[in-house]
Amino acid sequence: MIEIENITKRYGAATVVNNVSLVVEPRTVTVIVGTSGSGKTTLMRMINRLVEPTSGIIKLDGEDNRTLPGYELRRRIGYAIQGHGLFPHRTVAQNIAVVPELLSWDKARIDGRVSELLSLFQLDPETFGPRYPHELSGGQQQRIGVARALAAEPNVLLMDEPFGALDPVIRSKAQEDLLAIQKRFGTTIILVTHDMEEAIHLGHKIAVMDGGNLLQYATPAEILANPATDFVATLVGTGDRPFRFLSLSPAGDAVEPGNAEGEAIPASATQRDALAELLWSGRPALPVVNDAGKAIGRVTVEGLVKRASRPAA
Amino acid sequence: MKLRFPTILRIGILVLLIVFLVRPEWFEPVFRPLTQNNAPVIYNQGSLLTLTLLHLRTVAIATAGATIVAVALAILVTRSFGVEFLPLSRSLVNIGQTFPPVAVLALAVPAVGFGEKPTLIALFLYGLLPIFENSLTGLTTLPPTVTDAARGVGMTGWQRLLKVELPLAMPIILAGIRLSVTINLATATIGSTVAAKTLGEVIIAGLQSNNLSFVLQGGLIVGVLAVLIYDGLSAIESFISRRMGLLQQS
Repeated sequence: MIEIENITKRYGAATVVNNVSLVVEPRTVTVIVGTSGSGKTTLMRMINRLVEPTSGIIKLDGEDNRTLPGYELRRRIGYAIQGHGLFPHRTVAQNIAVVPELLSWDKARIDGRVSELLSLFQLDPETFGPRYPHELSGGQQQRIGVARALAAEPNVLLMDEPFGALDPVIRSKAQEDLLAIQKRFGTTIILVTHDMEEAIHLGHKIAVMDGGNLLQYATPAEILANPATDFVATLVGTGDRPFRFLSLSPAGDAVEPGNAEGEAIPASATQRDALAELLWSGRPALPVVNDAGKAIGRVTVEGLVKRASRPAA
Repeated sequence: MKLRFPTILRIGILVLLIVFLVRPEWFEPVFRPLTQNNAPVIYNQGSLLTLTLLHLRTVAIATAGATIVAVALAILVTRSFGVEFLPLSRSLVNIGQTFPPVAVLALAVPAVGFGEKPTLIALFLYGLLPIFENSLTGLTTLPPTVTDAARGVGMTGWQRLLKVELPLAMPIILAGIRLSVTINLATATIGSTVAAKTLGEVIIAGLQSNNLSFVLQGGLIVGVLAVLIYDGLSAIESFISRRMGLLQQS
């Protein structure tokens, strides 16, 4: 659990982060969204003390983050940034091994961990381990950046626009990978982005920042349904709102009894995908199948449209 | 690795140089036309090989000293506690560069006597500037994402310096050392005016006896050494840079 209490950061007369408090539950993904200059990155960097707050306290699992020296604190917290920040003079394997080496793990344990992470990110350890970062593609570099951040098995992972430099196809793949890894290790992730779409897709909770202030801290559904200010509403985008809302729930939740013709959609697909398929194929209803491939009912245009409307406050 | 023409040429020149230093008398016919009145053709007041080695030793000691001081200064002024010393350090190394080595020799001889010492002082001062400025450039132009990552993974100040900053700045620092070595290889010859054992002896002996052959022998050895050492250090730099992906692989 990360408790941020009344955190303020000033540079001279400029207040970059103004009296922000929020609590991040363990094993969740929290996304901090804001435009550039909103203080979102500064807020995140105060968690691992790359930036020291002017006032306020940040507690990690109940312990003030100033009890350890900054560098020791940072070895316990994963850190991945835009443009990956890999060390160009070290091989991929050496890059991933950085934090375990700082923590003086023994060599066998480090080698094992490096291979495990490379395999996890679908990169063959034999092929990629000895390469240098510049010999990899952008997507591969980004994955190594995340692998390095996870190397010492941190409970908390901080990510600063980690997917910002990736093209859309690789980007959505990277997002799926991140969610899978988060589930697998149960890591608490705090991710900074300017992209509300990404925030809604990844976040269990979203913190919206503007001009150093925390405007709203809530679940994606709550932010979509009841944006706290006009700024939050603008960020959400009124035109996309119903579709983003549908994207939060799986098609399985919208199943109605009955049958339908044609190709089925899996229950795990989002309701937005289901609606898109209905509209595109011009059908009034779609069969839905569970993971085992067994039909469990159907979704209808009418039913989904009803779900896309604004929930009663 | 396939040997290309420039590499073969350099190896050829190196072999030629070594043969000349070990058996200079073999080259007598080549230099014969440069002498008059039956003057000796090949330098005969000492071993060319010994002088060359002493010359290299003088340059190596002076450059090593300059490297240690210049890199240490550059590290100091790029730390947060040392920023204030940047203007002072810059002036100091600039004075070292603008003060003519001959003048340094003249001033140093009364203080430390004749021989190698005044030469070392002159070369040391003369070699500081390129190394200092390059180290400074190297340490202040590191990619910001990399230095941020180095802090973010939990390296201490020393660890960042030794594991990230210096290795990444190394090609630029090496370029400074290369410049300094090249300049000092040539400048070291004037050390012989204050009785330091360098290849300058050969040139000075030639000038005093109006023997063009001597002058040419001393000059050629210094020139060939400078070219070969320059190329050798360039090769090391580009190897390191290529490995880091700073240069396109050829």
